[in-house]
Amino acid sequence: MSDKVTNLLLVGVGGQGILLASEILSETFMLAGFDVKKSEIHGMSQRGGSVVSHVRYGREVFSPIVPEGEGDILFGFELMETCRYLPLLKPGGTVVANDLRIPPPSVLMGKENYPEGLADRISSEFPDFLLVDGQKLAMEAGNPRTANTALLGAVSRRLDVAEDYWLQALERMVPRKALEVNRKAFLLGRGL
Amino acid sequence: MKEILSGNEAIARGAYEAGVTVATAYPGTPSTEILENIIRYKEVDASWSPNEKVALEVAMGASFAGARTLVAMKHVGVNVAADPLFTLSYTGIKGGLVLVTADDPEMHSSQNEQDNRNYARFAKVPMLEPADSRECKEFTRLALELSEEYDTPVMLRTTTRISHSKSIVELDDRVSELPVPALVSNAAKQVMLPTNAKVRHPLVEARMVKLAEKANSMAVNRMEMRDTTMGIITSGTCYQYVREVFPNVSTLKLGLVNPLPVSLIRDFAAKVDRLFVVEELDPCIEEQVKALGISVSGKDFLPLCGELSPGRIRAAFAAIGIGGEKASVPVGESSAPSLPGRPPNMCPGCPHRGVFYTLNKLKAYVTGDIGCYTLGFLPPLSAMETCVCMGASIGNATGAVKVVSEEEKRRVVAVIGDSTFFHSGVTGLMDMVYNNAPSTVIILDNRITAMTGRQDNPASGYTLMNEPAHKVDIPLLCGALGVKHVRVVNPYDLDETRQALKEEMGRPETSVIITDKPCVLIKREGVFQRGPLCAVDVEKCTGCRACLGLGCPAIQWRPTEGKKGVSFIDPGLCTGCDVCRQLCKFDAIRRAQ
Repeated sequence: MSDKVTNLLLVGVGGQGILLASEILSETFMLAGFDVKKSEIHGMSQRGGSVVSHVRYGREVFSPIVPEGEGDILFGFELMETCRYLPLLKPGGTVVANDLRIPPPSVLMGKENYPEGLADRISSEFPDFLLVDGQKLAMEAGNPRTANTALLGAVSRRLDVAEDYWLQALERMVPRKALEVNRKAFLLGRGL
Repeated sequence: MKEILSGNEAIARGAYEAGVTVATAYPGTPSTEILENIIRYKEVDASWSPNEKVALEVAMGASFAGARTLVAMKHVGVNVAADPLFTLSYTGIKGGLVLVTADDPEMHSSQNEQDNRNYARFAKVPMLEPADSRECKEFTRLALELSEEYDTPVMLRTTTRISHSKSIVELDDRVSELPVPALVSNAAKQVMLPTNAKVRHPLVEARMVKLAEKANSMAVNRMEMRDTTMGIITSGTCYQYVREVFPNVSTLKLGLVNPLPVSLIRDFAAKVDRLFVVEELDPCIEEQVKALGISVSGKDFLPLCGELSPGRIRAAFAAIGIGGEKASVPVGESSAPSLPGRPPNMCPGCPHRGVFYTLNKLKAYVTGDIGCYTLGFLPPLSAMETCVCMGASIGNATGAVKVVSEEEKRRVVAVIGDSTFFHSGVTGLMDMVYNNAPSTVIILDNRITAMTGRQDNPASGYTLMNEPAHKVDIPLLCGALGVKHVRVVNPYDLDETRQALKEEMGRPETSVIITDKPCVLIKREGVFQRGPLCAVDVEKCTGCRACLGLGCPAIQWRPTEGKKGVSFIDPGLCTGCDVCRQLCKFDAIRRAQ
């Protein structure tokens, strides 16, 4: 195992299920034999605010937060939030983002517009960019609530961890009756 | 067995393994999950107290009877518990007692970022500071052992990044063969009359001297010698950041941050060419090292405010010519390209929304308090003038009406939640009546401590362990305090709310309005009930934007061709609270049949 620590950032809007996704990632890395740390802020951010979760794995991990500008992968659950945290990514980093727009309060009230051209903005700075229609994949899998799992599948392809560990982690973290549909969503995302 | 645990989960596990049988707390970010997780261990009697002072007093009583106990709170909670804490330092304990203080550098979810390491020195009690979840578990056990060995409460200090970060922890079994708790008479030690306290104080001083000596050889204080041109003394999460930024620098990692290991620090200082302290917030360690006559630097170039991070440490050292090959950017939103902000908001259907809307329309001067409803400060509701600490709203209102004109007195309204009222609003209301302050208090009774993630409280009807409990009768309580005008309103009925507020605000006596609708997030069966959903009739909507003044996340402005725009209600978010429909003058909002 090399000394390289891999840094992931999961970003989105409070209530989108980001914490559970980061739990599944952490579990996977632990099963694969890595040291893992993760960090996020609870409290105010649950009320629809902007959320960022840090997950780091490698032979030995010190800081639970990703050093600024050293993120390897930015995993965005919402487009504007993906853009907001681009500065945490290293040059040449990877972006996997859900093609979803959740309007913030100022846009709901008609005081500002939801910014246009975000996907272009991301891909011009980070060419290794995958925009995923999480909702579509979730419908394909058979349950609209599996979008996060499908996104996780898309992210998994960019990490050097065997498929078996991902599936084991899903099995541990997802309720039994929802397991099969989540496994399907994961594999659809992983196939992208 | 290995598990990935947060610092808070690991503290709960550590308490269980160490044989804790009583755990108490008042919820507060970032400490809340300690008690929420401890209830999975059936051997522990865990309870929410109405405030941190009571929580510590309950823990103390159990400790005096010989039980190992844990009490948890956020940093500002220790201010409330400080009164028992300072004298508990004198009485000492019987069963081990650990007080967890979860500090919040950066104020992710707090009103200040006080550094509670100062409390350990002030109250003369030992303090441990873990640097990851494994240490959270181990230090909790060590805290209880030290507590019994040195007859003292022990503080365990975490910060948000320790409490809410997860890392891998090896689990152990629970200890067996702890003494069985029983009443033991030990009055001279536990009745702190001056004659007894005078005997205790020198023992406290002697205990700290002994602990300081022991600190030099404790395994949790660890010298790690690498390159010796530079040495860094550090603790807690800062240790991890230092290792990240300067992997080759020598470190003295402190697990016990009060009292400090003087000889160990001298040894370390002698082994390195340049000595630094890297610590968040106050220069607690640095000042004590300086007082030893050792040359050291830290806060002359590291920030006093906010949390540290690898990037912030790297930038600060780069500014004094150390390291600095990597550029640094600040964390989070401030560094983002220009994008609309995403502040937190009250949930769709929140029973508080209509109340703040009405207070804004009535131009009330609102003295606010701590809870979800503090969000009533934000636009478009914009109806709050003060928010300082738990319970302050009522005292703030009493003070304001003492000094302003008769006309302005009518505008003063205190707003407080049920849990905050029980925590420290009751005495404020007693004072308001006793000293005849003509103000109105609104108690937003949503049956839960919502902001910290829905914890039960004395108005919920349930305990932390999910057992049925007495519900405080808030109107009866207000009546017993002497409030003559108490009325309960439905906050989803804007006319009723407005009428009640107008009448009570105009009254030259203390009055209380209680709103009685539960938090929309309560999952317990039958507590919150969704109504028929609201929808906009686009033909009738004139685009007047009145409904947008509620700031409800379910209501969205949609620009339309040829027209100025219309409102749209997201059926996936609407709870059917019906407040927006009451605002529409054009009958453009209908409820589903």
